[in-house]
Amino acid sequence: MDFGLSPEQEMLRDTVGRCLAETCPLDHVRSCSETGSAVSDQVMAALHDIGLTGLLVPEVHGGLGMTLLDAAVVAEQLGRAVAPAPFLALSVLAPLALMLAGSAAQQAEWLPRIASGAVRFGVAIAGIVEERDGVRVRADGGRLTGTALFALDFAGADYFIVGDVSGRLHLLAAASTGVERIALQTIDTTRSIGELRLTGAIAEPLADDGGLAARRLRDAGRVLLAADSLGAGEAMIEKAVAYAGEREQFGRVIGSFQAVKHMCAEMAARHEPCRALVWYAAHAFDTNPEEAALVACHAKSLTGEVHRFVARTATEVHGGMGFTDLLGLHFWFKRIGFDRQVLGGPERVRSDAAQLQGLTATT
Amino acid sequence: MNLEYGPEYERFRDEVRDFLARNGKRAPESAQRAARPTTDAVAWQNLLLEHGYTARTIPREYGGYGAEPDILEARIIAEEFARACVPGGLSNQGVSMLVPTLLELGTEEQKRRWIEPTLRGEIVWCQGYSEPGAGSDLASLRTSAREENGHFVINGQKIWTSTARQADMIFCLVRTETEAPKHAGISYLIFSMDLPGIEVRPLKTMTGHAEFNETFFTDVRVPVDQIVGQRGQGWFVANATLGHERGMLGDPDALENRLLALIRLMQEEQIGSARAIDNPVLRDRLVALQAEVAAMKYNGMRVLSNQLKGESGGMAKLIVKLQSCELAHQISALAIDAMGEMGILYAESPREREGGVWQWNYMFQLGLIIGGGTAQIQKNIIAERGLNMPREPRLALDAAQSRKEVA
Repeated sequence: MDFGLSPEQEMLRDTVGRCLAETCPLDHVRSCSETGSAVSDQVMAALHDIGLTGLLVPEVHGGLGMTLLDAAVVAEQLGRAVAPAPFLALSVLAPLALMLAGSAAQQAEWLPRIASGAVRFGVAIAGIVEERDGVRVRADGGRLTGTALFALDFAGADYFIVGDVSGRLHLLAAASTGVERIALQTIDTTRSIGELRLTGAIAEPLADDGGLAARRLRDAGRVLLAADSLGAGEAMIEKAVAYAGEREQFGRVIGSFQAVKHMCAEMAARHEPCRALVWYAAHAFDTNPEEAALVACHAKSLTGEVHRFVARTATEVHGGMGFTDLLGLHFWFKRIGFDRQVLGGPERVRSDAAQLQGLTATT
Repeated sequence: MNLEYGPEYERFRDEVRDFLARNGKRAPESAQRAARPTTDAVAWQNLLLEHGYTARTIPREYGGYGAEPDILEARIIAEEFARACVPGGLSNQGVSMLVPTLLELGTEEQKRRWIEPTLRGEIVWCQGYSEPGAGSDLASLRTSAREENGHFVINGQKIWTSTARQADMIFCLVRTETEAPKHAGISYLIFSMDLPGIEVRPLKTMTGHAEFNETFFTDVRVPVDQIVGQRGQGWFVANATLGHERGMLGDPDALENRLLALIRLMQEEQIGSARAIDNPVLRDRLVALQAEVAAMKYNGMRVLSNQLKGESGGMAKLIVKLQSCELAHQISALAIDAMGEMGILYAESPREREGGVWQWNYMFQLGLIIGGGTAQIQKNIIAERGLNMPREPRLALDAAQSRKEVA
């Protein structure tokens, strides 16, 4: 019995943490944001050097063959550093899609190239969570038509995994005829997201599995967004505590006022249990498929709620400075905002959780 | 991440399950914390003692089972009793607070005299800590004990003495050294509640019941050897037990069981032709609480693992009392809301649900949020010990007092 990270996972956490501390200081995040790029070449290269691109790719295909809990450990560090680098779609969801629904030939063709960094993938499965603006993607005779919103790791992707309205996944080359790519601007300048407008674009279908792989992708995505939120939230709490220990008003540090101290304690008290839940959700994804979807929902909705509270409270602890651009606190605030909404906000996710347990009306 | 307990522990789990399957029906209906144990409860307690399902690690010479401390065995027992909805051993203040204190700091004679009958439910204890003027600032307590002819003579008043009406004995904090700084002037005494000069008055709470009491002492004479630890060390002795009490109030199995009861209620309660759980707003609140309870469950496993490794629980442990009490309260609040107007029925009213237990819980759990270290004190602890934030600057008055003490 050992509920927690293995020594190897702790080493992975520390390695990624150190790598990001060196390559992704706040100044760098800021300069990427100012140039409008959510992909930092230097951060991407550094992550690639420690093998993260192929984190989930099986070793036979040139990857590290690691688990979703390992990926969650990495995602937490990326959130902590507000790192402008593709990871969720590129290194987790795309390889998972191929591993779950790709043929042996498709796996042999694509997984090694993902691991080596030769190709970059984005993933567009927002439509399987909920339809917005009345758009959807239909597949017909190996061609995709319609619009896929909120494709993750969008900028610079050579290929996309696209979910159609039936839940089936397809592999689409970004440069194909009939593919129009439109970048979307979000609050979070550290992540790249966009839409695909498809008019009879030729795509390679993955297995027709009744939407199973797509649902697994959704669950994995929810867990990793929760893990990202965990890292970003923890960083905000640390910043608030540090600031409250330095800033003086009325002749004393503001952290000695109970009003401020209790704001920090409330953040910590609500944040801390999220860590165990996220770890368990990632572990369940790897080991207990029956429970995985439900705990993924719990992790996603709880971190969504808790870290929204943390984001605003940590900002308030910083007073007026928190509201300015100067401290850059808003990068974490916005990262948390992104993590909360993508692949289902708390209400959507809780509604899914109710359905998964059979709590909804049968009529 | 390894959530397997291993084959040896699974064999132990089978033993516990087997015991519960054979004997579970002999259990009293619920753990009776606030009253003197019934004959059934005492019989159940003795059965559990015999099998080592309570007082498992307490040495045999003091009436326990004498097993080596084993966190996983303890956890398995708790899990299986919760799963079977069967109360575990007595968890009154004598068992959960006095016994650990005596084991740690009592004399050999005190251990032999008090622990076994307490475990067997023969002696019921109450706790004399808080006073009307000493709540969160417990160390400012003023109940005095002056020494006179081999006795302490006690005068003063305690409050929140639950079970004082039923109790045989009290463990009590008193001020023995009036000149010492406030933390250093306290002693921890144990004495009979039958002594002349003790008066107990029921303290009726917002629930309409008197779950607590006020206890008054007028020239109560206690032999000087009925002290645990040395004179003036009572604060240290009491803190050993406060740790046990805080641990007691955060039980993830209890939260899970309350949540299951809430789901059953929401499936049974009809609003028009639909069930309460079919209301999307109520259902959303339910699932939000499920996520919180799940998080506390895994947080508990994390704390357990840290303990297995001999590490301190850290932040994951510090937050348990605050979060669990709050969560329990929110579960009761949702139950009341799901019942609509039925939710206010109380006091054996016609149409009352489940004996009014949800309203009673909702009110009593507010008491638990306040008691055992208020939510605000918990937040101070989380901030100061967990986050290393600065302490509140001492008031001028306090500082003046310490200057006087030094002089």
